[in-house]
Amino acid sequence: MALASVHARVPALKVMAANEPADAKLLRRLADWCDSFSPFVALDPPQGLLLDVTGASHLFGGELAMLERLRAALKKQGFAVTAALAGSAIAARALARYCDGLIVPSGADQAAMAGLPVEALGLDPAIAQALRKAGLKKVGQVVSRSRAELTARFGASMVFRLDSALGKAETPISPRLKLPPYRVERRFAEPVVTENIMLATIKQLAGHLSKTLEERGEGARMLEAVFFRADGLVRRLAVQTGAPTRDPAILERLFREKLGALADPLDPGFGFDLIRLEALHTEVCRREASDLDSSAAADEKEICTLIDRLAARFGGHRVLRFRPSDTHIPENAFAALPAQYAPNNKLAWKSMRAAQETPRRPLRLMLPEPVSMLPGEVVRFRWRSVVHVVRRLEGPERIAMEWWRAPGPSRDYFRMEDEEGRRFWLYREEGARWFLQGVFA
Amino acid sequence: MTGTKEKIATLRAVLAPTGRAQKRVSLGRLDGILNGGLRRGALHEIIAPASHEAAATGFATGLAIRLGGPVLWIARDYALLEHGVQAATGLLELGLDPARLILLRVPDMASALRAAMDGLSCAALGSVVIELSGESKLLNLVAYRKLVLAAGDSGVTVLLLRFSAWPGIGVAETRWLIRAAGSAEGDHWGGPVFAVELQRNRAGPGGSWILEWSCDDGVFRDFWWPADRGAVVSAASERSPAAALADISAA
Repeated sequence: MALASVHARVPALKVMAANEPADAKLLRRLADWCDSFSPFVALDPPQGLLLDVTGASHLFGGELAMLERLRAALKKQGFAVTAALAGSAIAARALARYCDGLIVPSGADQAAMAGLPVEALGLDPAIAQALRKAGLKKVGQVVSRSRAELTARFGASMVFRLDSALGKAETPISPRLKLPPYRVERRFAEPVVTENIMLATIKQLAGHLSKTLEERGEGARMLEAVFFRADGLVRRLAVQTGAPTRDPAILERLFREKLGALADPLDPGFGFDLIRLEALHTEVCRREASDLDSSAAADEKEICTLIDRLAARFGGHRVLRFRPSDTHIPENAFAALPAQYAPNNKLAWKSMRAAQETPRRPLRLMLPEPVSMLPGEVVRFRWRSVVHVVRRLEGPERIAMEWWRAPGPSRDYFRMEDEEGRRFWLYREEGARWFLQGVFA
Repeated sequence: MTGTKEKIATLRAVLAPTGRAQKRVSLGRLDGILNGGLRRGALHEIIAPASHEAAATGFATGLAIRLGGPVLWIARDYALLEHGVQAATGLLELGLDPARLILLRVPDMASALRAAMDGLSCAALGSVVIELSGESKLLNLVAYRKLVLAAGDSGVTVLLLRFSAWPGIGVAETRWLIRAAGSAEGDHWGGPVFAVELQRNRAGPGGSWILEWSCDDGVFRDFWWPADRGAVVSAASERSPAAALADISAA
């Protein structure tokens, strides 16, 4: 029907352009939220979600109660819902569209599907059309034909799909999120709103998690707290640790830092009805044998905790440790890497300076800044619009670029001291252009 | 019973790490005026006039080396662009093992101060260096007091390194104004030389010295220029820097 004739019939009709990306985003958001019912959630675009609730329904008091709860919650969020529960994903998908609210007892998929039109199988439209032309309008009619006949006419994939729908072949759904190795959660009858309760819950969950981790001799390197808001919003907070950790107090503190540092605070709205703690990445964590000389180990551990706390608050990319690199290019001779990933190993640092010699590398290094050498009897250069008169000078130290990595003109480095005693590190490229790259103490 | 207690006390004394137990750390020549050395668990302020930032960084590094232990170095993002990044190679040349350093880059001064409080609660650290540039209302008496109290509780020393700032409120244990000073004439450059002005000293009077940092021994030493510096300059002019540069260009 043309839009004009619709308007003619219903003058008050509101028309909006379809926004597919926004729909897809909403569906993903809903899928996140459905994660509170089952860890296995798959998208069935444009408007469906598939949940594998095997072994999860008893947590909600049975399949019927679970389905009703899911429907009620979604309705409350403002969605029109149709839902069904069946032995296979395809059957459930079909039944949700044609028999809303149906719960198929186990093994009865075929009977439940028999009355549905063939389109319900979600086949290629061309095949569905062909089935109709062949007079097979209902799923039951298709099932009544022999396998060989169907395979010959419509191909093996159609038969496989039919078998999957009837629960004769196994097609597991592909979940969106990887199931974390550890997860603990707490569901609230009354949604919680205060941060204190949230943190107390995290601590309690960390306690449970810690017990499981300890039994398996593991510690968490990456954790995520997932907050499910009653109105369907899901927030995730991730923290990382530099070393495997399972101390609930430390974990709680990391989340406290993270919560405190959020640029976009955790808005509880009408409250969170489920808080979950997941250990996404774990490592083997042995209990250190305590000995008399354990103070160094204790110090090391304390530093690790400090790094984790700073990383939780300011971001892991801001807490850095130095690592040497095997190159003679001055700016590449060391790297500042995130401390959580660069454990304090005993890598060898090679001093450039011989004994009794003055430092050969500057204390503060900058991006090479062009300087102009001024003509005259004395060496003078202008840097950042200040003229420095050079009183002492030493060089050159020629550093050739690594042609196998990044070819470039080689540099002749000079140490220069000005009249006030400031020491600079300048270099001249082959083309006689001068640059200042660092300042000595 | 008392015997056992004594035994425990002696054992404790043996087991205690010697470095941490010391309340003051020797600065050599300056020990007299500092009443035995630089006090641990206190706030020491190091001020650099504009364009002497590297010298002040060097002096702070020297103090951190003297204090020992891991160092948390807090600096603001833009300060690094302006004054250059701390170079691991340069720190190593001064004698600070880069592995001892944890570098924290913060977006603003409030974060720097907050991070410093975190660092000061970690007694395993030797020192916390807070590198700040310019003045701010945030760095008020309350902020100073907080740092001093936290440092006192944990025994971690705060080195407040301030660039282009004016000495303000006096809560610091010591306050140093650091400039670069010219090295002696001759072929040998020597270690970094600092013109040190002790502006505030709770333990005694102030003073000013020219000190040289010995990269090999990790100590500050007295530094004397040759008696008549001017004469030496002219004597060296036989081979002035310009001539040297010209030689090099010709080569």
